[in-house]
Amino acid sequence: MTISRRNLLKTAAATSALPLFGSNAFAADPLKVGFIYLGPIGDYGWTWAHEKGRKAMVEALGGKVEANYVENVKEDASALPILRDLAQQGHKLIFTTSFGYMDQSLQLAKEFPDVKIEHCTGFKRADNVSTYNSRFHQGRSVLGTIAGLTTKTNTIGYLGSFKIPEVVLGVNSFTLAAQAVNPNVKVKLIMIDSWFDPAKEAAATETLANLGCDVITAHTDSPATLQVCEQKGIFGFGQGADMSKFAPKAHLTAIEDIWGPYYTSRAQAALDGTWKSTDTWWGMKEGSVVISPYNASVTPEIAAAADKIKAGWLDGSYDVFTGPIADQAGAEKVAKGARLDDGALATMDWFVKGVEGA
Amino acid sequence: MNMVFIISAIVTIVGISTPILLAATGELVVEKSGVLNLGIEGLMLVGAVTGFAVTFTSFSPWLGVLAAAAAGASASMVFAVLVLSLGSNQVATGLALAIFGIGLSTLIGAGFVGIIVPPFTSIFPDVLAKDPFWRVLFGYSPLVYMALAIVAAVGWFLKYTRAGLVLRAVGENDLSAHSIGYSVIGIRYGAIAFGGALAGIAGCYFSMVTTPMWAEQMTAGRGWIALALVVFAGWKTRRLLVGAYFFGMLMTLELYAKATGFLYLPSQFWAAMPYVMAIVVLAIISFRDRSGSEAPACLGKPFVPNT
Repeated sequence: MTISRRNLLKTAAATSALPLFGSNAFAADPLKVGFIYLGPIGDYGWTWAHEKGRKAMVEALGGKVEANYVENVKEDASALPILRDLAQQGHKLIFTTSFGYMDQSLQLAKEFPDVKIEHCTGFKRADNVSTYNSRFHQGRSVLGTIAGLTTKTNTIGYLGSFKIPEVVLGVNSFTLAAQAVNPNVKVKLIMIDSWFDPAKEAAATETLANLGCDVITAHTDSPATLQVCEQKGIFGFGQGADMSKFAPKAHLTAIEDIWGPYYTSRAQAALDGTWKSTDTWWGMKEGSVVISPYNASVTPEIAAAADKIKAGWLDGSYDVFTGPIADQAGAEKVAKGARLDDGALATMDWFVKGVEGA
Repeated sequence: MNMVFIISAIVTIVGISTPILLAATGELVVEKSGVLNLGIEGLMLVGAVTGFAVTFTSFSPWLGVLAAAAAGASASMVFAVLVLSLGSNQVATGLALAIFGIGLSTLIGAGFVGIIVPPFTSIFPDVLAKDPFWRVLFGYSPLVYMALAIVAAVGWFLKYTRAGLVLRAVGENDLSAHSIGYSVIGIRYGAIAFGGALAGIAGCYFSMVTTPMWAEQMTAGRGWIALALVVFAGWKTRRLLVGAYFFGMLMTLELYAKATGFLYLPSQFWAAMPYVMAIVVLAIISFRDRSGSEAPACLGKPFVPNT
């Protein structure tokens, strides 16, 4: 039984005194942990990965936590009443798992000072609001390396959702890594103004293919891009999860989001009373960002180049944002040899040279 | 810009437009009979998951399409019983149907997440279907040709047949139609079932053609666009056809404009374009058709004969 946004609203009054579905009535005062998700848990992408993380947390902590979720929560004012519901139902730790819940998370924090809130991919914090993110851009530099070495047309497609730092960071990391192994490479970018719209994702992929792209990566939440790549005989990457089942030939590899360890550690901290507002940004080293097995069509040379990037991130010897880096207009953004700090990464709003479109 | 490039763009436009066209054609018939069914989005999803599931288990896409139509029609019968036999409010019931369809499709689809079926593509030989030029005519899924045939048939049915005239009469003046012996309720049941079947087929276009997989809410609001399109078309079949392709064209143009950096205006403007254009066209239509609205006079009103 899943709880949709609408019927949660509708039955909010009726259920405010009752625990939500899936509660464990027998445990002695478990910590109630709430999640709001952007998409449906069956999206096989972003939301699916968070749901996997929630389940991993429940499994790790057993009867000590009771975790509920609301899916399909829009990134607008309608998220706030849903968050209030969760808080009123006694959820003391709430994970808001998308960038667009930022202001609603802070508002909730003001109204419920005893509720701890964890906002994913955001940058505004308060005493009871932490932010957390994964260094997906580390994974994207591995994909960029593979794409740069795989493309025959030297034109790579990039399907984004919105121009937010999280997405911009991925585009730049991917592009810089591709350029590093193939200086002639161009990256064509389409932002589709949605996280989940398989038909539009498919149309955008067809558009990019028609414009000459033979490797197309996506930062949206469905496997639509991969499926179109498979039909057209070109290549793509999985996003958020290993999507090779959807495109056995086209799926070169994927970035897998692993949230379980983080959720477990934060719920444990809340149980222990050691929870503090922080900003956590785990990456490949902490196991939050994992690269799926390579496709058989990835040659040993390309695999070796990709593994080198991976190893570099693990031991700290590599950073894709090492200067010199110029923006689209050619102005220098990062000086030679310098590296961008986390603050600059988290607020990035400019594209590197070689990115076309927006 | 060469021919092959333009043809690829046309193929994309047709892909976007077809499901909207199918769903809107069904809704047109429903509304012509005087019933407003706002549940299209839910019916499409029920069709999408059923079409996918049946294709996956039977290995026959044709059976899948048939099942999608049957599922859409059956789900719409829930709505029909409520609004026709029980006289409930059509707007509220339609919205409930949309939500019900989303939930039901999620429930049915839970076991089908993460698997694929072969795409239901062209039935023509590859020499035509994959030819860079001829695919503009032969490269589509059979559903595309089916959609065009259905639109033509519906247009002909409404305009030139006696049964079509009766259906329109029921939508324009239910009491008169009733008083001369036509079964208003019966005809509306038929129209709702037809609309549901087409919404079901429209839904399975997503799960069997565009992206041959099942994902929750994969229609992403196209059902609402189909509803708007019926109004946009002024309840006329020909305008419906043009409108659906026009919408697909605007959306495709937006993508090309973004990819080539040919923006000049913020991307949000391009995303809003279809809706802005809809308002503009509606304004033009309403200026031209001063004679009165094309909306069926009994649209949305429950029929309760006091005999």
